[in-house]
Amino acid sequence: MNHTVNLWPLLGVAVIVLGFALRAHPVLVVIAACAVTGFAASMDVAHLLAVLGAAFIKTRNLPLILLLPLAAIGLLERYGLKEHAQASIARIKSATTGRLLIVYLAIREISAAFGLTSIGGHPNMVRPLIAPMAEGAAETRYPALTDALRYRIRAMSAATDNVGLFFGEDVFVAFGAIVLMQTILRGEGIEVDPLHMALWGIPTAVTAFIIHAWRLHRLDAHIARAMMKGDQV
Amino acid sequence: MILKLDFFYLVLGAMLLIIAVMALRDPHNPKRYSSALFWALYAMVYLAGDWLSPVAAGALMVVMALIAGFGGVTLGRYSERSPDQRRDSAQRLGHKLLIPALIIPVTTMIGSTLLKDVNFDGLFLLDPKNTTLVSLGCGSLFAVATACWLTRATPLQAMRESRRLVDHLGWAVVLPHMLAVLGLLFTEAGMGKAVAHVVTSYINMDVKLVAVAVYCVGMALFTIIMGNGFAAFPVIAGGVGIPVLVGVYHANPAIMAAIGMFSAYCGTLMTPMAANFNIVPAALLELPDKNAVVKIQVATALPILLANIALLYFLLNM
Repeated sequence: MNHTVNLWPLLGVAVIVLGFALRAHPVLVVIAACAVTGFAASMDVAHLLAVLGAAFIKTRNLPLILLLPLAAIGLLERYGLKEHAQASIARIKSATTGRLLIVYLAIREISAAFGLTSIGGHPNMVRPLIAPMAEGAAETRYPALTDALRYRIRAMSAATDNVGLFFGEDVFVAFGAIVLMQTILRGEGIEVDPLHMALWGIPTAVTAFIIHAWRLHRLDAHIARAMMKGDQV
Repeated sequence: MILKLDFFYLVLGAMLLIIAVMALRDPHNPKRYSSALFWALYAMVYLAGDWLSPVAAGALMVVMALIAGFGGVTLGRYSERSPDQRRDSAQRLGHKLLIPALIIPVTTMIGSTLLKDVNFDGLFLLDPKNTTLVSLGCGSLFAVATACWLTRATPLQAMRESRRLVDHLGWAVVLPHMLAVLGLLFTEAGMGKAVAHVVTSYINMDVKLVAVAVYCVGMALFTIIMGNGFAAFPVIAGGVGIPVLVGVYHANPAIMAAIGMFSAYCGTLMTPMAANFNIVPAALLELPDKNAVVKIQVATALPILLANIALLYFLLNM
């Protein structure tokens, strides 16, 4: 069946890899990959533009989830939501960045496992509440927190939201991924109970929690070590 | 249905158009004309998406990408309040500030679970195909209204604040959207077949551990390329999972599928192509390195991927 498979579209992947390796502007890399992939699949310019345009309109529901909450979040930030989150966490003496994020990881993963994926998210939870609280908890202990540590804590807050969501939602029976897997397996003539797929996701979900929680635990030690070194200098 | 997704397309379109006008009138934005054009074009996608011909929409996308790619979308000036002013109002408003922030997830949850089947003689309250997005849209509008009421700010101020956030995101706003387009194009061009062909013809899978590893790593790698585990699953399950793991090694398909999808998610954590999970948060959190989130996630994703290979190897025939 060699002759039936067109390997040229793989050039599109090469453009992506090369583009990111050369640190070109991501949007330009994507457009270049679109052009190369289209031409490799022997589309002409008008056909390629039509395919891109139809896809662009079809996928325009994606940015809604990011953009619609911004007006409310922006307004609340203007009136001190971040400052309030930081002040609240400073009052809890035992709170550290790592412990706070472990609690958030648990809440995010468990709620996603029950299908409640809308608790959390980067625009409406991480930016206004979780990241400022994680940063605030470190700042209470080390008022001279460095920018490098600040960025690391913020990136870890975003990562925690992702890990919790990804490895929680797949344990929920009615989740899209489970439906997708069932449909594809059925197409191949294999009948699988969605409940079994959801249950067999649990070992990985637990492993993911342990691995990421351990990293969050280590983050506290990392912050302490970095700030100690800073004091000596 | 009473509340359609189209309504929120118009809301977002209007919001982007206002942002374009504000950018045009901001003399502190060094590239206000190209910035305004960029946001106005994006507004067209939402306001006129149903009337644009596919070729016109494609050309529009390319123009937007070129404006963004050559640095034509820049920051303006935003009359922000001082940290002291913010601390004062934080103290005055206290926990009340959390109410509007929590309205968004709570409304989304209620809408997508309790209200999803509500209908009047077959006329659904919420668009049945898009309950989550429509509920999120309603939640966002309730949240703005509550936030305005609580802070005595005007809706215009809310628009200025969304412009501040959208401008800080800049091109990161459209990257996930354009990547989704690339993903669809990859599918159309037969990328899946090409990858499955390469994987299955050049790797010897006579050893069970190798086959399991190829399956899990293949899921992750293909997700890294496509930026989406849903695109990787059909390809790798169809190319390796079903013929080799189930066909040759008699794997339990439920285990093969579940752990395969999680291996794909490990890939999602490691790729800038999954922009809305990895690049957008870096922009939202104002990190100087746009890949900071991907970099920090690698150390979580790789151990989970290894654990997946081990789990699948030992659980394969359960």
